[in-house]
Amino acid sequence: MSDQSSSEKKVIPIAVAAPEAAPPESPTGAMIRTLGLVSAICGLIIVGAYQGTYDAVAANKRIATERAVFKVIPAAKSIAEFVAQPGGGVSKVGAGDTAIPPGAVKFFAAYDETGKLAGIAAEGGAKGYADTVRIMFGYQPDCQCVVGIGVVSMRETPGIGDKIITDKDFLANFTALDLKLKADLSALANEVKAVKHGSKTNAWQVDAISGATITSRAVGKAINDSAQVLMPRLVPNLDKLKPS
Amino acid sequence: MTTADTPQTWDEFMEGVWRQNPVFVMVLGMCPTLAVTVSAINAISMGLATLFVLVCSCGLVSMMRKVTPKEVRIAVYIVIIATFVTAVDYAIQAISLALYDALGAFIQLIVVNCIILGRAEAHAAKNPPMPAMINAAGMGVGFTIGLLALGVVREILGAGTLLGVTLFGAGFQPWVIMVLPPGGFFVLGAWLLFFAWLERRKLRRSAQLTEVGQHV
Repeated sequence: MSDQSSSEKKVIPIAVAAPEAAPPESPTGAMIRTLGLVSAICGLIIVGAYQGTYDAVAANKRIATERAVFKVIPAAKSIAEFVAQPGGGVSKVGAGDTAIPPGAVKFFAAYDETGKLAGIAAEGGAKGYADTVRIMFGYQPDCQCVVGIGVVSMRETPGIGDKIITDKDFLANFTALDLKLKADLSALANEVKAVKHGSKTNAWQVDAISGATITSRAVGKAINDSAQVLMPRLVPNLDKLKPS
Repeated sequence: MTTADTPQTWDEFMEGVWRQNPVFVMVLGMCPTLAVTVSAINAISMGLATLFVLVCSCGLVSMMRKVTPKEVRIAVYIVIIATFVTAVDYAIQAISLALYDALGAFIQLIVVNCIILGRAEAHAAKNPPMPAMINAAGMGVGFTIGLLALGVVREILGAGTLLGVTLFGAGFQPWVIMVLPPGGFFVLGAWLLFFAWLERRKLRRSAQLTEVGQHV
């Protein structure tokens, strides 16, 4: 906002140098004064609005994240944010620091009311029909499987692609979707993949919605891409997810 | 709609609501009109956000009108409008993130909504703050009504709900095209047709009454 008056200064000589204007010209000082005044008033309003809404916006974002995690892990009562480092370790993210180190993957550990680990929630995204489909999936360490998904954001066609939220047969894929790792813990034993509607035979396959194959595939790919990176780092470190 | 003896302020207000309705008469601000009216709640929110920006920016533009040199007036208007849009942007994030996601980039795009810049230039710059704000409020209400007219029709036909409440039984098959972009054009076209028909009927009536018009 404050650079408004300084950028306007460069324009002024042109306005002054235009002599053919019939109505009297405004003095340079008046233009600068008005622009300066407007910039000052507007600056105050914007900073005031930002400061006034900061807490509410932050609280809203936290509630939205919590709600998304609670949806995929129904037993959860509280959550903590972690990052999985590229080297393999996991570390808790404090309330203050928001910056995530490069290459690290963010995930949430969810705890039930007794403080026991109820599950892990992580985000994934893949290109859908219209735009990136971003999903949150819940992971259960006991069965090494996905136990629920929720959509974080998408712009898929209403009535077609957005069936991934409502279609019961499709959501049934994610009650026990296999995410077991290879013996050496380097990657998933089986790639999670969407298959043509009705041809699902294995626990790591996603039965696509007929007519919404591209969106279904995006969900499968989002889980796969995220889990391929996160699970090899997470599984050896599950004991570090104890609540503080 | 209004007669000579109605109070000046009421006349000022009704200009935007009815006679110069931004959506149905002036056909301005079509970008948000077509884009966000997939549901009634989106339409109301967008209308109210625009109403707030209109009233505040027209008030401030009007207060500054005597110290605003004409050479820099557009810059002044845009800075003022952008300021209030930013404030609305934060306010909506604070009220509901779901709503913020649904309205998407169209909140920020209120800055370039031609209704607001048009009001600032055509009315607020020439009138004292009170009439300017009343006129702006009328325009904002008119815009909200216009958006709501589209949003209600599109939500009922395209999703079978109104304000999120399901209207029909489970057997209802939503007319999905209505919440897609083509549906926006269909519904807007239908409303414009209706208002054009109203206008023509009014003209014919007055022509009959004064017996100067001839039937074609």
